[in-house]
Order: sequence, then structure tokens, then C-alpha cells
Amino acid sequence: MALPKYTEPHYRIWHYIYLTICGAVFFFLIAPLFVIFPLSFNAEEFLSFSDGMKRLDPDAFSLRWYKDMIYGTKNPWGLAAKNSFIIAIFATIGSVILGTVAALGLSSRHMPYKGLIMAVLISPMIVPLIISGVAIFFFMAKAGLAATHTGIVLAHIILGTPFVVITVTATLSGFDHSVTRAAASLGSDPVNTFMKITLPLILPGVISGGLFAFVTSFDEVVVVLFLAGLENTTIPIQMWTGLREQLSPTILAVATCLIILSTLILVTAELLRRRSERLRGINQ
Amino acid sequence: MSSEIKQILTTDGIPLEVSLKKAERKNKIKAFLLVAPLLFFLIITYVFPIGDMLFRSVDDKMVTQMLPKTFKAMENWDGQELPDEEVFAAFHEDFIKLVEDKREGKLSTQLNYTKNGFKSIIKKLRRKSKSFEEGNYKEQIMSVHKRWADIEYWRAIKRRAPEFTSQKYLKGMDMYVNEEGKIVSVEEDRRIHRVLWLRTLEIAFFVTVFCFLMAYPIAHLLATLPMKYSNLLMICVLLPFWTSLLVRTASWMILLQQQGIVNDFFVGIGLVADDNRPEMMYNKTGSYVAMTQILLPFMVLPLYSVMKTISPSLMRAGKSLGGTPFVAFWKVYFPLTIPGIGAGCLLVFILAIGYYITPALVGGASGTLISNQIAFHMKSTLDWSFASAMGLMLLSGVLVIYWLYNKLVGIDNIKLG
Repeated sequence: MALPKYTEPHYRIWHYIYLTICGAVFFFLIAPLFVIFPLSFNAEEFLSFSDGMKRLDPDAFSLRWYKDMIYGTKNPWGLAAKNSFIIAIFATIGSVILGTVAALGLSSRHMPYKGLIMAVLISPMIVPLIISGVAIFFFMAKAGLAATHTGIVLAHIILGTPFVVITVTATLSGFDHSVTRAAASLGSDPVNTFMKITLPLILPGVISGGLFAFVTSFDEVVVVLFLAGLENTTIPIQMWTGLREQLSPTILAVATCLIILSTLILVTAELLRRRSERLRGINQ
Repeated sequence: MSSEIKQILTTDGIPLEVSLKKAERKNKIKAFLLVAPLLFFLIITYVFPIGDMLFRSVDDKMVTQMLPKTFKAMENWDGQELPDEEVFAAFHEDFIKLVEDKREGKLSTQLNYTKNGFKSIIKKLRRKSKSFEEGNYKEQIMSVHKRWADIEYWRAIKRRAPEFTSQKYLKGMDMYVNEEGKIVSVEEDRRIHRVLWLRTLEIAFFVTVFCFLMAYPIAHLLATLPMKYSNLLMICVLLPFWTSLLVRTASWMILLQQQGIVNDFFVGIGLVADDNRPEMMYNKTGSYVAMTQILLPFMVLPLYSVMKTISPSLMRAGKSLGGTPFVAFWKVYFPLTIPGIGAGCLLVFILAIGYYITPALVGGASGTLISNQIAFHMKSTLDWSFASAMGLMLLSGVLVIYWLYNKLVGIDNIKLG
């Protein structure tokens, strides 16, 4: 951002102070993530940079902790990763179906009690997680679903649907309903219209809601801590236990993998957002 | 010719008005049917369980059901002097039944919540009651231990007669019902919950303030920079936002530990001595630093989306009308960003007030919040009714904040992303 030539000196100084502050805040936001990356390649068992690493000595780096993550006998990361993916995928499918259908109903101008119903539907996002955790635990314990995959998937559907409802209703707000009427007038039944006309148009919103639901489930630890038994351990639970008991570099290897995963999700979400904005005709 | 307006009919001969209403109703039902699956799913798995928490938190049937005859006999007792033989006999009868079912231990735990000292005398009573003779139970029970002859203990039993209690809520505020039935606070040095509530509010408040102070300049920069630069910088905000909470907490644990990078840096520039490294984790500092960084994106995004809509020509107009840049900013730009500030602060404050994972990992004993206490009672002491009561107190706090926000700013003004 270049300043005009006529800017007075003290505003000029102020402008540079402002840029410095911004730089510091960006550094504060992003730098902690980059600490994990090099440390996960540490050849030693310490969580700080060894002298060898500071000298960039190749012997100071190794893939030791990645090997430990994959082959380590005591590490249940394999089971945890499997569980995490299974739970997150089913929770995403459930949230997307329930959330999209509900969003279609909510966007109809005929919907009665819209405000109240919307409040109920997004309440799991508003209520502090710990309270949701306690409530969901009571339900699952009564229903006999505690310490089962089904129970955790249902819990994550509860937590994930608000995101789908919000993103899909937002997408539908710019949706031109005359295209569905056109389809109907040409003899298409509602299901066919939805699959062939509506869904392709709102797909970016549906997918980005699904991404939110996936990340929510994949990262979720508060509710799972109440619900999971030994068999249902997930990556967040393993990380939680590891961080509480002993910070081992293996956790950093896992964390690096998770950062890569979140980068991929971020890129997908951004591309979808831009596509959706283009489709809705919102130009920057 | 009649002057009355001819009713418009549809082709079926039904008045248009009726036909339209019918179609509207059909549309309403259609829309509702689409929402219904999710709505009922949430009501059953989520809304009812929260109601169940409310029920659990006030439910006190356990003792009522364990001593039914005693409480019936106590109805006529005024509590002025020791109850008469009738009450003792009823208590004995209830107690024998409990011993048969091996439930007297539960009774002693429950009564001990009301008044300390029940545990040992109930154990003693169980041993002695085996050799009790029929009749004159008052004398026999009183001879077991002198506390059984103390009226305070009988009053304590009577206080457990109602099926519902507010005791757990009082406990959450470090208060209890004393012998005279008055609500009083516990001793100064045992008020752990009040300290926690205050600390939760304090940390949530300051984290919100820090987030606001840091987010405002960068949101402004992001909104005013040309697209190609701001997209790049936006990654710095979005990447932490999408990264696992535990990963971010782990990185703070590495940075803040005593031999960690931040401390190394402080030693390197000579700010602190090597043998005198400050403790930056497992205390409030840890909670503040980590929570601020983790919640910062939730402040930046709403601010950014509001600032993006403010036309730069407004600031230019302000300046051209004679305002200095500061005046133009304060009088023109800042008021326009208030919806974003409101949304961001509300979001961050409410997330912070219910935070659990990060304080548990980096907060230590002095940096934990009320959520940690709820989790502790859910998992360790298994006092679920107390956990429910505190959860609902927290929830009502959150709802009050929403209500206030709605009054002050209007919930519709929230803009997210």
C-alpha cells in the first residue's frame, strides 16, 4: 500500500507503525504452526532445536518419529486414524444429508416459525461444547450407545449439521427459484428437479458445509472424551492423552500430517468459495 | 345488474381464495416435512438431554425413596426437640431394609453431603442394629453414638425429605443451606467455585479484548490491500482456523515450555538470565497466550467481512471535508465497523467462556476454567447432578449474553464470513 506523495511525515510514521503491528500479528498467528514442522524431523528426543539442527547438520534430522508413528508398537495411531476417518466420513454424510434437506425447507418462504426452528437447528454451534458433551453423553448412555462408533457418529452429526444448514441456506439465498419452476413446468418431478437442477447449483455450498462438518468431526475431542471407549480411540483423543502425559516428538509427526491435511482442506474450501461467489454473481 | 363483486372461481368451481389457502397450507407442510427429520433428530438427541440435565440437577429423590417411612413419620415433627419414638421406629424399619439391600452406604454418602459426620455413625448403627431388641428404638439408636441423640443430625435428615433440591446450584456458587434453613456462603478459603467463575469471566474478557486489539488492524489491512496481496495474507488467518485445535495447543506447549523457543529467545537477547527462566506455561499466562492466538481468526473473519463492504471513498470524503485521517477514521470508518466488532466479540467471548481443551493442557492449576471443573465432576467424582447444575449455570450465562447482545446490537447484524 503506497502512500500518496503529499502525506505528512507524522502520518507517514504512523503508517509504518501500523504495518509493523500488522506484521507482528500475522507472525503471531502463523509462526507457531511452523515450529512443529522442523521439530518433527528432530533426530533426538527433545522438543527444542538441538545445536546440530541450528547448524543445519544433516545428521541432526531424521524420519525417526514418522517411522515410530507408523510402525511403533505401542502407538495406537493406526487404529486412531482408522477410527477418525470412519467416524468423520459417516458423520459428514449424515450431516450433509440432514442439513441440506433442512436448509431446503428453511429457505422456502412458506416455512412456519422460521426463526424458532433455525435457533434450534443451529443451537449445537452456540451452546458451549462442554455442555453439549454432557447432554449428548446422557442421551447416549441411556440409549446404550456410549463407547460405540454409532454413538460418536450421531454425536458428530449433531455438532456438524449447523455448519451445513448455515452454508447451504446462504447459498440458497442467492438461488433463482424460477429455474425449478421451469423444470416443473417441463414435467420434471420434484426429486428429479432437485437432483438435476438444484443440487448441481448449490453444490459448492453443500461441499463447503460438508468440509466444515468433516473438520468438526475430525478435530472434535470434548464430546469424544465423554463417549469413547478404548476401541473408539480417535486421533484427537490420542493427541490429548499424549499431550497430557508426555510430549513425545511422535505427536509432532502426527501434527505435521494434520497441518498438511488442513492445508488441503483450506485450499479446497477457498476454491469452492470463489466458485460459489462467481456463480452467485458476487464480484469483488 | 347486481353491484356485489362476483367471486372469482377456479376452473374446478372452487373459490380462488379457498384454493389459494389450500395450496399455501400444502406448501407449508411440504417445507416443514423437509425440516422435520433434522428437527426431530436434534430434539431427541440434543434438546431433551439438555432438559434431562435440568432434571438431574434438581433431582433429589434418592434419599426420599430410601427413607419413605421416616419422612412420613417426620411430617408431624416440628424440629424443636428430638423426634419421638414413632420417627425412630420408622427410621429403624427403613434402615433394616436398606441394610438388607446393601444400600446403607449410599445413604451415608448422601447424608454426608448434607452434614458431615454421618458416615461413621451409620456404619456404627449397622453393626449395632443386628443385636437390637424389639421396641423402644429411640433409646437403642441413641445409645449407638452420641450424635444420634443430637437434634442437628435429625434436622439434617429432615432437610433431605423433598424430592427436589436447589442444593447443587447453591454448591456451584459456594453456598449451602445451614442448620436454620438459611442460605449462607461457605468459609472464605473454601470458595473454589466463585474463584473459578470469576477467573472464567476474567480470562474470557481479556482474551476478547486482546483478540479485538490484534484483529482490528490486520482485518483493516486485509480489507484495504489489493486482492492479490490480501489473498496471500488471508492464508495466515485461515490456515490456523482450519488446523486442529490440539495441533495449535501442542505448538504453544513447545514454544512456552521452560526450555522452549520463546524462553531461549528471551535468554538470547538478554532479557532474562539463563538460570531464571520464567514459567510461561501451566499458569494463566499460558491460557491467555494460547487462547488469544487460537481464537484470533474468529475475530478477524467477521471484522474483515464487514470492512470489505465499506467503500474507501467514504474515508476520502471525510478527509476532503477537512477531517484529519484520525478524525475521518474515528467518525466515519469506526462506527461502520461496529456490527463486525459486535459479532467478533460475541463469538470470541462465548467460545472463550466455555473453553476446555486448551486451558486443561496449558493452564495448569491457576489457568483452568469452569468447563474443566464440569469435566472433572463428570469423569472423576461422578457427581453428574453437580456437573449438570454447573453446565446449566454456564448455559444460562451464555444465553443472557446473547439476549443482551440482541438488545444492544441486534442479532441480525451479525455477519459471519
